[in-house]
Amino acid sequence: MAQRLNVLVCSGASCLSSGSIDVKDALIEEIENNGLEEEIKIIETGCMGPCELGPVILVYPDEILYKKVKKEDVKDIVEQHFLKGRPVERLLYKSTETEKLIKKHEEIDYFKKQKKIVLRNCGMIDPESIEEYIALDGYEALGKALTEMNKEKVLKEIETSGLRGRGGAGFPTHLKWKFTKDADGDKKYVVCNADEGDPGAFMDRSVIEGDPHTVIEGMAIAAYVIGADMGYIYVRAEYPLAIERLRKAIKDAKEYGFLGENIFESGFNFDLEVRIGAGAFVCGEETALIHSIEGKRGTPRPRPPYPSVEGLWGKPTNLNNVETYANVRHIILKGGNWFSKIGTESSKGTKVFALSGDITNTGLAEVPMGTTIKELIYDIGGGAPEGKTIKAVQLGGPSGGCITHEYFDTPIDYESLTELGAMMGSGGVIAMSEDTCMVNTAKFFLDFNTFESCGKCTPCRVGLKQMYVILDRITKGEGETGDIDRLVELGENIKKTALCGLGQTAPNPVLSTIRYFRNEYRQHIEEKKCQAMVCTDLLTYYIEPDKCKACTLCAQNCPVDVIEGERGVVHEIQQEGCIKCGNCYDVCPFDAVVKTTGEF
Amino acid sequence: MKKEEILRNYEKRKDNLLYILHDFQDMNPYNYVTDDDMQLIADYLGLPYSKVYGTASFYSMISEKPRGKHIIRLCDSPPCHLMGSVDILDVLKDELGIKVGETTPDMTFTLEKTACLGVCGVAPVMMVDEEIYGNLTPKKVKKIIADYKEGKK
Amino acid sequence: MKNLDELRKLRKKAQKNIKLRSQDAKIKIVVGMGTSGIAAGAREVLNAFVNEINDKNLDDVLVTQTGEKGMSSQEPIVEIHEEGKPKVIYGEMDPEKVKKVVEQHIQNNKVVEEFVVAVEE
Repeated sequence: MAQRLNVLVCSGASCLSSGSIDVKDALIEEIENNGLEEEIKIIETGCMGPCELGPVILVYPDEILYKKVKKEDVKDIVEQHFLKGRPVERLLYKSTETEKLIKKHEEIDYFKKQKKIVLRNCGMIDPESIEEYIALDGYEALGKALTEMNKEKVLKEIETSGLRGRGGAGFPTHLKWKFTKDADGDKKYVVCNADEGDPGAFMDRSVIEGDPHTVIEGMAIAAYVIGADMGYIYVRAEYPLAIERLRKAIKDAKEYGFLGENIFESGFNFDLEVRIGAGAFVCGEETALIHSIEGKRGTPRPRPPYPSVEGLWGKPTNLNNVETYANVRHIILKGGNWFSKIGTESSKGTKVFALSGDITNTGLAEVPMGTTIKELIYDIGGGAPEGKTIKAVQLGGPSGGCITHEYFDTPIDYESLTELGAMMGSGGVIAMSEDTCMVNTAKFFLDFNTFESCGKCTPCRVGLKQMYVILDRITKGEGETGDIDRLVELGENIKKTALCGLGQTAPNPVLSTIRYFRNEYRQHIEEKKCQAMVCTDLLTYYIEPDKCKACTLCAQNCPVDVIEGERGVVHEIQQEGCIKCGNCYDVCPFDAVVKTTGEF
Repeated sequence: MKKEEILRNYEKRKDNLLYILHDFQDMNPYNYVTDDDMQLIADYLGLPYSKVYGTASFYSMISEKPRGKHIIRLCDSPPCHLMGSVDILDVLKDELGIKVGETTPDMTFTLEKTACLGVCGVAPVMMVDEEIYGNLTPKKVKKIIADYKEGKK
Repeated sequence: MKNLDELRKLRKKAQKNIKLRSQDAKIKIVVGMGTSGIAAGAREVLNAFVNEINDKNLDDVLVTQTGEKGMSSQEPIVEIHEEGKPKVIYGEMDPEKVKKVVEQHIQNNKVVEEFVVAVEE
């Protein structure tokens, strides 16, 4: 009895936390109850992308996508769809544009506009099965590189492709490899940076959880070119599932002979180990990462010398991001020329983005470089939810800047984003609507950077703190004239004098929001006003006497008892004691409590 | 597993420090590394105690103070913040009766804030030990806490 | 893994397991699985197709199902979709007829006229 259906259950971390295990278990049970085990195979895959719709199921060969599946829905899916061929309509995706139900997952805009290279296997294969990886051309590139190409030829393909580092800086990958290859050293290393610490970024996690072998293969090819025989993948400890899947993949790869000695009988030896972080964002910086692997405090050091020349234990080390390595095998298989045809003049290939915040379709999206921000946010992201508008997007996390909607027609590539004062970064895209206060957001990112600073250099350790103190005052209604200029001066100084990338880019969110939203800063300082109604100290709650029905509900819910009034007497909030918790606003059934900002 | 056994699993190399610290912490029912532990590790690896302490204190996931049986880490990064993690924090503080960084008197729960957990698609999110919980609402949070209290998880 | 040849052999084997998820199929066989179809034996027809295709290692053929087609008197109904060719609809199918359709139509490109109930452009 041959299989006739493959049921893919997304088991990325997002869907897992939404209950995909219960759904999978229910599927197994229901299929057994109906005697369909031989015909239907259930596969747990890595992240399929549309996290907002999770738990997600994809049925092949029908290519039907079911969203927000609960274990109670499984009975219907098996009975109606698997047994009778009728897709369960209520679980299908409904297009926000046309209001039509879309069955086939490739017709859903979210998937239609993507071009999956890095994410090709994610959500398609069982990440714990090396055989499935092999079925989809796995390890063919490594075999080809080792047995049919010499190191120079492989390096040439990478050069032709135009691949640039995907960790954020965009340094040409072939150059990094070349420097490490040419460096003097009796021992060399390849390291993969999987310490994805940017808030709002989960691309690397999804690749490792959904397709770990692609990273292993990429690293092996890099090691071959460089002349390394040992590699490390540094994964942050907050990703336990990714660590588990990676360890299994390495074990399987060793068993099949893709790691170890004399791979493909070419004389090339390569071994790989996982190294775990312990909760320090700065360890995403390459020199700090190296120190962490060496068992020390994760503090960066000035460069030069660059890791290519002097890295792990003082030896030449090639350090690349997960996504960079994940592109390598495709370039070797299809050629650098093929890759260079995708994207823009300066930025080739695709980029994986993680969409979050005030956006309908949160999740992962891989698009060719050159796609505009508008297409990413609206066509793929589905725009803002519930009739809000997106006023800006934050690109590049705590090192990046915001881009306002006037610039949404900008094509995404390294240079065009830097010109706007933002940064490609690792790929995190946080959408912000009119309900977001840009000053508060800048303070947020600054707080993060200040906390994560390793403390070694004064500009970062002291400077960021000083910037934070000023921002904090502003959000509390204590802003003074000249504060904006102070922030800019401090920020620009820190950028020039900090020791490592963390300090050098930490002022970006502040400088960028001042550049595009100076008005919001001005309002906070001069008018004590927070337009988005976020900064609590700038809010005032008062009761409109005409609407008040004197029901005492607000007074009962006031945690500090500052509402005066009784049944039949119009209530009043005593402003001096008010802690602006908003309880009265939430509970009033007559909309008599008004929330306002600015001079009262 | 006793402490000596853990040490014997690792070669006497300085770069094993972080892993040994992780293992000692996981073995301790109060999820932390004691002063004695650190001295033991220092002796084993041939490092000064200050180096071990310096490294342990650098990393936010290693604790030198006793913590509860279950560590609750609430993500407070922008995507979660935008989706209401502040409200979830209030609920947690209410339910547990403690502030961030503190442990409940019965040593069951410790409340911590964490950096982005990478599941922004289902914000707001919290991690309890190694399990991740997303799409949090006050109701869900209360249920999760109750389940852990009853030992259901 | 000794060499690329060995890898490729393993790949071919592994690809069978993943075939249902590959999206390039030259020929698509769609079996009507509405209630009337099933009552008439569509499930056995579906499974027969799956087994035949598998046994004969026909790589770019996909078998899938669909709901009620409407022609209840002709159930079980099977449609053969091939790009650039009109859609052929076979009726009153059974596992025996499946074998003939696979050998004659799918493998040798000759429509089995006596089973056809309709042809759609």
